[in-house]
Amino acid sequence: MHTVKTASVSKPRPSAYRHSFWKQLLQQRQLVWMSVPMLLYIFLFNYFPLWGWITAFMNYKPAVPLMENEWVGMNNFIWLFERPEFIRAIRNTFAMAAINLVFGFVFPILLALFLNEIRSTRFKRSVQTVTYLPHFLSWVIVVGIAQTIFASDGAVNKLLLSLGLVKNPVFFLGEGKYFWWLVGVINVWKECGWNTIIYLAAMSAIDPALYESAEIDGAGRFKKMLHIALPGIKSTFMVLLIMNIGHLLEAGFEIQYLMGQNVVMDWSQTIDIFSLKYGITKGQYSRAIAAGIFKTVVSIALMLGANMAAKRMGEDTLL
Amino acid sequence: MVDNNMITRSRSQWRRHSVFPYINGAAMILLMFVTLYPVINTIAISFNDGTDAVRGGIGLWPRVFSMKAYETIFVDEAIYNAFFITISRTVVQTILNVVITSMLAYALSRKRYILRKFITTAFVLTMYINAGLIPNYLLIQRTLGLGKSFWAYIIPTMISCFNMIVIRTYILNLPDALVESAYIDGAGDFYLFWRIIFPLCMPVVATVALFVAVGAWNSWFDTHLYNAGKVHLHTLQYLLKMKLATTFNSANAAMTSTEAASSTTLTTPVTIRAAITVVSSAPIVVIYPFLQRYFVVGLSVGSVKG
Repeated sequence: MHTVKTASVSKPRPSAYRHSFWKQLLQQRQLVWMSVPMLLYIFLFNYFPLWGWITAFMNYKPAVPLMENEWVGMNNFIWLFERPEFIRAIRNTFAMAAINLVFGFVFPILLALFLNEIRSTRFKRSVQTVTYLPHFLSWVIVVGIAQTIFASDGAVNKLLLSLGLVKNPVFFLGEGKYFWWLVGVINVWKECGWNTIIYLAAMSAIDPALYESAEIDGAGRFKKMLHIALPGIKSTFMVLLIMNIGHLLEAGFEIQYLMGQNVVMDWSQTIDIFSLKYGITKGQYSRAIAAGIFKTVVSIALMLGANMAAKRMGEDTLL
Repeated sequence: MVDNNMITRSRSQWRRHSVFPYINGAAMILLMFVTLYPVINTIAISFNDGTDAVRGGIGLWPRVFSMKAYETIFVDEAIYNAFFITISRTVVQTILNVVITSMLAYALSRKRYILRKFITTAFVLTMYINAGLIPNYLLIQRTLGLGKSFWAYIIPTMISCFNMIVIRTYILNLPDALVESAYIDGAGDFYLFWRIIFPLCMPVVATVALFVAVGAWNSWFDTHLYNAGKVHLHTLQYLLKMKLATTFNSANAAMTSTEAASSTTLTTPVTIRAAITVVSSAPIVVIYPFLQRYFVVGLSVGSVKG
């Protein structure tokens, strides 16, 4: 009886509620001023461009008023999937995304585990400062540096030759088969240190008593890493994993664009670059937008799939 | 039983005099070397004599010392203009973005705000729903007509959703009483935000400001899309990108026609490329170690749950 009474008091009647919505909004007008202009802003910059998606079903010419363009149904999508170039772009995007995803988790987690073992705060800080550095360099600079280092007379080839691992210089930049791995390695160099920040933060939140009791039980260094530090970062890892799967196809545009020369184009061209090339250079907007739609739809499907899988496994999820 | 104990003891003794810290330390030093080598190599090339550098094989120290590359780039007026544009866009973009983003984060952290859920969802969805490159280009270039102007750098980059969430999480972790007591005393939300919350958010605001500033400083793609034809609006990174393109391949896979027209067949000497690389990255590389304390705290508090 008592609970029913409180419930009826705290829940206003529908009409009163509707009335109080506008009243409340008026009362909260300062908050409205702080957020509604921004809402309009993202409607313009993030939602309004979605309207442009309808041009993917047209033979769009910018000179013709939007709704007077010729409707072509799914023809642009069919055109895309009949092109080996687009299929290759899908393959390249997925391959590089997969390499980046695996490298992007394995190396930062390993580095964080071993950084966590360093006792000297000063040394640890120096390693961190140094490994954060490449994160702050632009892709233009990183690609410029990579082109020097991986050139046929560059440092990497010299090292390989002097170790006797290869007989002749390897043309890392001129052969398509190396491109994906080059992108993977350069990404590790640029972001590995930076990505440890979040894992180190998660590890520092682990209760030291866990380590102590494990030590009493006779656990060694590697046992402690495996059974305490790794489970300690599991929830952080899961959230990052789902987020990264959602952004999988975003995995790199600048590096492929800047580093992909004509000779390696079959291996370097991603969906975004394909879209840019057809849209802006060739002026075939409808086809370029169709490629973009494909990418966004696949991204959303991947994110929802990852989220669902995590939920089924009883993990923390994003949504 | 006894045997077992002995093994455990000898093992733990081995652990006490473990070589692991030394191996780990050596691995970390190797890692630092691998990270720094390409950077120091670039600096060494930039201080080397131009004709000698063509031979290649410069390591960590210039072979024939020369300041010629720096003298050459600082004679060219383009670099002063590019510096001016890069600094202006970085400053304007960072200030606008940080103030607007944190104001929004404050509003969306107020649990009593009735539009809170709706607006938050609208923002979070933008992280996954992306119209794509071409529709955004058409909006900025054609619908809004921002092309060929400085505003093409500023207006599309005023809010970042991810940063908003980071700041909002930080605000939500602040004690509620701070705001609520002032609120009951009749303080408005603008006052609460500006006088109470914003100053308390300095670690996370510094982090976000650093992210935005680095992104602004390093961007070249918006110049490429919207301002390639306007030489006086070229940023440092775009300038460098054009110099790199002339050396490596003037027929890049997806080069726009404006760029193809502007790139000459002349190649840029390696020393000059290296010098521009050093000059255009030096400001950030010098500043970030001093901000390390802030961004590590800001990133950790903002992103780790609880």
